[in-house]
Amino acid sequence: MSKLIVPVRKFDAVIVGAGGSGLRAAIQLSEAGLKTAVLSKVFPTRSHTVAAQGGVSASLGNSEEDHWHWHMYDTVKGSDWLGDQDAIEYMCRMAPEVVVELEHFGMPFDRTDEGKIYQRPFGGHMSNFGEKPVRRACAAADRTGHAMLHALYQRNVRANTQFFVEWMALDLIRDDSGQVLGVIALEMETGEVVAFHTKATVFATGGAGRIFYSSTNAFINTGDGLGMAARAGIALEDMEFWQFHPTGVAGAGVLITEGVRGEGGILRNSTNERFMERYAPNAKDLASRDVVSRAMVTEINEGRGCGPNKDFVLLDITHLDPATIMKRLPGIREISIQFAGIDPIKAPIPVVPTCHYQMGGVPTNYKGQVVADDGTPVKGFYAAGEVACASVHGANRLGTNSLLDLLVFGKSSGDSVIDDLKSGAIGLKELPENFADRTMARLHRLDTQTGGADVNATRLELQRTMQKHCGVFRFKEMLAEGVAKILDIEKAVARTEIKDKSQVWNTARVEALELDNLIEVAKATMISAEARKESRGAHVRDDAPDTAANPNGRDDIHWHKHTLWHRDGNRLDYKPVIMKPLSVESIALKTRSY
Amino acid sequence: MGDRENLNRLRWRCTRRAMLEMDLLLGEFLDRIFPTLDPEQVDAFVTLADMEDLELWPLINGSRECTDAVQAEVVALLRNVRVK
Repeated sequence: MSKLIVPVRKFDAVIVGAGGSGLRAAIQLSEAGLKTAVLSKVFPTRSHTVAAQGGVSASLGNSEEDHWHWHMYDTVKGSDWLGDQDAIEYMCRMAPEVVVELEHFGMPFDRTDEGKIYQRPFGGHMSNFGEKPVRRACAAADRTGHAMLHALYQRNVRANTQFFVEWMALDLIRDDSGQVLGVIALEMETGEVVAFHTKATVFATGGAGRIFYSSTNAFINTGDGLGMAARAGIALEDMEFWQFHPTGVAGAGVLITEGVRGEGGILRNSTNERFMERYAPNAKDLASRDVVSRAMVTEINEGRGCGPNKDFVLLDITHLDPATIMKRLPGIREISIQFAGIDPIKAPIPVVPTCHYQMGGVPTNYKGQVVADDGTPVKGFYAAGEVACASVHGANRLGTNSLLDLLVFGKSSGDSVIDDLKSGAIGLKELPENFADRTMARLHRLDTQTGGADVNATRLELQRTMQKHCGVFRFKEMLAEGVAKILDIEKAVARTEIKDKSQVWNTARVEALELDNLIEVAKATMISAEARKESRGAHVRDDAPDTAANPNGRDDIHWHKHTLWHRDGNRLDYKPVIMKPLSVESIALKTRSY
Repeated sequence: MGDRENLNRLRWRCTRRAMLEMDLLLGEFLDRIFPTLDPEQVDAFVTLADMEDLELWPLINGSRECTDAVQAEVVALLRNVRVK
C-alpha cells in the first residue's frame, strides 16, 4: 500500500548527513561509480564539522619522531579503556593515509618551512606510550573543519555525487529479515515524502548535543540518525558518555576558551569565593576539565550558584588589565557582550559546564558496518562520525580524534559498501508492502493532533531535565528521578501539536520531528547513566568515588563493558569491550592518570 | 512562495547553521530586528545570511570590514544583538 502513497527513488546508496563523515563516505562511493544520494538538512558546508577548529591527529612525524602505536596507546588511555582496541588500532594506523589523501583533495594544511604538514601538540597526545607531549595535530589555522568540508565537498562535485539539500530523513526502511533498504525522507520546500530505495544506507548524521540545556552544539545536532536507528530496532551503545566543557556561557552555551583561565581568569561562587582553591589547592582554576566541572556543579548543587535561580557560577577577569584582555583574548569580550550581556572588563561572565561531544552512538565495527548485539553486521546499514560508536572514543574522546574519526570511518564505511556489493552480501531487495506506514502514521498524528503539547516548551523541559539530572556530575537519586521525568516527557512528545498544517516550508513540523529524535537519545542517555554504577571517563557519579579498590571510581570487575540500550521496553544489555587489537599486543587495563 | 513560506525558509537558514553562535544571533535578529528593516536592508540581510559562518562571523565581531554600505548598516545592527 505504501507504494501508492509514497514515491520511490532508486539509488545504489543513500548517505544521510553531509558533514565530514558523510562527504568522505560519498567520495568513496561516487568515485567507485555507484549512484549515490546525499541527504542533508542544510547545505553541506553548513554542517557542524565547521565548528571543529583544533585539528586532525596523525602520526606523520613531520616535526619529531611519532608512531601510530603511541597514538593508539593515548587513545585507549583517553577512552578510560572503554574503547575497542581493534577499531582504535585501525583508526590510528589509517590516520597518516587519510590525512595525506585529504591534502591531495586540496586541504590547505599549515606547513613547515620545508613544505611538510605542520603539526602542533594537543592535550593527551604523547610520545613513547605516555612519556611526553608530541606534535601530532594537523590544522588549517583555526578553521580546520571548515577547510576540510570544502575540500571534501569539491571532490564530491567532481565525482557527481547527487545532493538533496534541505531534506530531512525521517525513518529507516527495514524488511522482515532486518536488512536495511533505504530511508524515507521529507523535502522541506514541498513537504513531499519520498522513499530512497537503496542497496546501502550510510548514517552520518552527527551527534545529539541538543538534548542538554547547555550545549556548545549548533541547533542542527538533534540526533536524527540515533532516533531513526532506535525506532527501527537498532540498539544505541554507551549513550551515558558525553564530554562536557567547563565554561559555556550560561543560557547560551557558547564556548569560553580555556585560555581565559590560562590568562588568569578566576571562578567565583555567589559569596565571591574563589572556590577552586578548596577543590584543587595547587592547580586551582587551571585544574583539568573534569575537576573544574565537578567543582562548579558541587557549588551550584550546594546552593552557592549565582543569579536568581542560583544556577551558574562566575568567570572573573575584571582584575586583568583591559589591554591584556583585548590583546590576549580577542573575541572573548564580544562573545561575552553578545551572548551574556556582560562586558567582562567590568563584570564577571556567567558560566556552566556545557555539553560538547557524544561518545556513544549506533554500534559499528571498524569497517563502518552497523552491528547487531552479537557483532554480526546489519545488512545494508553503515554509520560513521559522531552518530556512530566504533568504539574509538570509549568513555572519553581525545581532542583532534573526532576529525580523524570522520575521515577514517567515513572512508571505511564507503569501502565496506563496495566490498559487500561485490561479495553479494547486499543488493536491491523488494520493498516490503507497508514500508512507509509507520512514518505516515507519525506524520498523520502530528497533523491531526489537537489539545497536545507545545513543541518548544516540551523540548525545553527535556533539555532542562537532562542538564539537571544527567549533567557532568551525576547523583544516584537525581538519576532515578531523571528516568521517571524523561519517561513523562516522552508522553508529551507523543502528543505534540503544531498549529501550522501547511506543506511548503513548514518548519514547525520539522522541529516536532526533530524532537521525536531528541527524546530517543534522552531516554537512552538517562537510562544507561542511571544503570552504570561506576565512574569512568566522562561518566562521573557521586556514589562511585575514588578509592584504593576502585581508583577514580572505576569498577572494572563489574563495569568494563559496553552498554546497549534498546528502545523496546527500555531494555539494557551489555557486551564486552574488544581488548584484542588487529596486530599488536593488547593494552592492558591500568589506572588512568596524567 | 508566499510571505509565510519565504520567512520560514529564511528562519531555517538562520537557525540551522554550522556554529551555535550564528544560530543564536541570527535567530534573535530575525525575531526582534528583521521586522523593522526597510526593503533594501532586507535584501542585504538575506545576502549576509547566505554567507558561510566563517565569512559572516568576522564581519560581526569587527575583525573584517564590510564593503557594501547597506550590508554595513545591517552588520552594525547584528553587532548590537544581545542574546538573552
